[in-house]
Amino acid sequence: MAKMSGAKALTEALKREKVENIFGISGGALLPIHDVLYDSGIRHILARHEQGAAHAADGYARASGRAGVCMATSGPGATNLVTGLANAYLDSSPVIALTGQVNVYSANTAYMIGRDAFQEADIIGITTPITKYNCQVKTAAEIPKAVKTTFYIATTGRPGPALIDIPKDTQTAKAEMDFSNNVQIRGYKPNIEPHPLQIKKAVKLLLKAERPMILAGGGVTLSNASPELLQLAELLMMPVATTFMGKSCFPENHPLSTGNIGMHGTQLANRIILEADVLLAVGTRFQDRSTGTLDTFCPDATIIHIDIDAAEIGKNVDVDVPIVADAKPTLKLIHQQLVKKLKKQENTPWVNRIKELKDKFLSEMDLGEGDLTSPKLLKELRKILPENAIVATEVGQNQMWAALHFQTYKPRTFISSGGLGTMGFGFPASIGAKVACPSCPVVDIAGDGSFRMTEQELGTSVTEDIPVIVVVLNNSMLGMVAQWQRLFYNSKYAAVKLGSVPDFAKLAQAYGAEGTRVGSLKEFSAAMKKALKTEVTTVIDVPISPEADVFPMVPPGKGLKDTIARM
Amino acid sequence: MAQEHNHIISTIVENKPGVLYTVSNLFRRRGFNIDNISVGPAEEIGLARMTIMVRGDDRTIEQVVKQLNKLIDVIKVTRLDPERIVTRELALIKVNAPNTKARSDITNYAEIFRARVVDVSSESLMMEITGTSEKIDAFVGLMKPFGIREVARTGITALSRGAKSIKVDE
Repeated sequence: MAKMSGAKALTEALKREKVENIFGISGGALLPIHDVLYDSGIRHILARHEQGAAHAADGYARASGRAGVCMATSGPGATNLVTGLANAYLDSSPVIALTGQVNVYSANTAYMIGRDAFQEADIIGITTPITKYNCQVKTAAEIPKAVKTTFYIATTGRPGPALIDIPKDTQTAKAEMDFSNNVQIRGYKPNIEPHPLQIKKAVKLLLKAERPMILAGGGVTLSNASPELLQLAELLMMPVATTFMGKSCFPENHPLSTGNIGMHGTQLANRIILEADVLLAVGTRFQDRSTGTLDTFCPDATIIHIDIDAAEIGKNVDVDVPIVADAKPTLKLIHQQLVKKLKKQENTPWVNRIKELKDKFLSEMDLGEGDLTSPKLLKELRKILPENAIVATEVGQNQMWAALHFQTYKPRTFISSGGLGTMGFGFPASIGAKVACPSCPVVDIAGDGSFRMTEQELGTSVTEDIPVIVVVLNNSMLGMVAQWQRLFYNSKYAAVKLGSVPDFAKLAQAYGAEGTRVGSLKEFSAAMKKALKTEVTTVIDVPISPEADVFPMVPPGKGLKDTIARM
Repeated sequence: MAQEHNHIISTIVENKPGVLYTVSNLFRRRGFNIDNISVGPAEEIGLARMTIMVRGDDRTIEQVVKQLNKLIDVIKVTRLDPERIVTRELALIKVNAPNTKARSDITNYAEIFRARVVDVSSESLMMEITGTSEKIDAFVGLMKPFGIREVARTGITALSRGAKSIKVDE
């Protein structure tokens, strides 16, 4: 075994994990790593802010299903990753952060870490509650094992972000490196295969169910279980509602799709769940935005809950049949057992009821007054984009309109900050998604408030040649907060008016991107078609009414039964 | 509101820096309250046993156990059955003993409680006592009239009775 530096060992270990891209910003405590990375064949994409790098890694992970890697220097570089890691943690996304750290030892061999050296931050302490795993290496020889362990933990079981803190002197020190694949982690053994007895119970319940329904969460996407979900739904003719994180795991143009459930779910999903007698919940944690008040959430249903994370069972909702396992093999097994016992269901009273409600709510759907409204724009966008196009969103009204009115057909084509609700996530995430899927068009549905938070990544997209399209639904407001003020705070618009600066078209042009402002649906359509053919990032600024609200809505503190269609 | 009780959770963890932080941080973040915690090396080198007393209803305790299990450095978590365990705590108690009468009274009490005198000065006595928390509470109560100078208690540690052991599966 030849000796090599810690920095060299890091790049070798990353290559063994098939890392092709790292999003990051350099700095003093990363100099030895960058010196080696430069010649390694791994692409380093220079972000303009570490938060952008973390979100881009997240977007990469969600679009590809593989780990996304970001890197930042010690101190402020590392702390700037925090929002991105917290975001990835709540949405169970395998983001791996590599951070530089001050030397373990100073020149006189005394400890340097812990003495508040220049650009020292306790990033391990800071990120412990928002990572699935983190570690600091103390010697160069630990680096290969730390990388192996971290990637394994981040990408298996319930995925989540992880961080490796790498002091500068461990990057330069030389050591014999062991890259063997054996990583034994005694405290980590995710349960993949379902318990046969629990499968039996679930099958029995589903067999006698008259009004069965599926609630599909982000876990379906994470487990790549969309084909199994579709197969099972069609066998039993079960309607499929998705949680916000579940969006795109089930084709929304399918007759059994009800769209999203929850605070800004569809009327169909929020209604039909009240009538279900068996609810098969897959990879969801029953978050408050999905369920509304718990006492009126699917009051008549027996609940089967599949989740790979045992701690999610019974955390928010009491369930009748818990199954702690990966969604993919579990759904497959349930289907295998059911298909032996019954024929494909057709034209049951339940199927007819779904169709009846679907037609009713579809005909009542409110797309807003005037020519250029967000719902109408999103429906037009769906017509223009190919099926494999990836849509990312920012957070707020833009996000909820996109969830309601932009139909998704394929898994991993809808990328949004669900758990943390991080404004500024969508644009850098779309850059990450484009790196993962260079042949797919990638569109960020943005609000002007969110886009302002990470707009500096226009620099990244232009200089690194990663073209995406940003559609800014521009009401010059923090629109969702303004909506709540309109509905619940007597229209007192406190701290929400952003004004009409900057001119987003000019801002884009200043970065060397394309920028345009549209005034009608027709103009939008033309601008979008042009953007799809343009080889540089395009920002389309769309002025919308500051009075427009997102509906349907479940008012805060109410149940799904209290969904209101409009004011 | 479901009924709250004290529960004792025994965990085997990796014996390395930061693990106590990770565990206590979990309790803080999820709003679980540690009543009592004691930590020391376990039977195997590299592992430590943390004995945690936590107050809550059954649902809370179930979450505590599940969330602890999720921590990578926590290897084994067991909820101990209060009917089938031995619990012990150790306390060092320093009391005023300025005269022969006080010394004699204190040592008499100590004998009854099987406490030992471990340090003597002209004005004070230090006693060591082990037992259940209730026994130590009672002894501390008896010492109060003499004037307690300092008390140091270790917190509860516990093991289940019988041959069964909480071991790490290999």
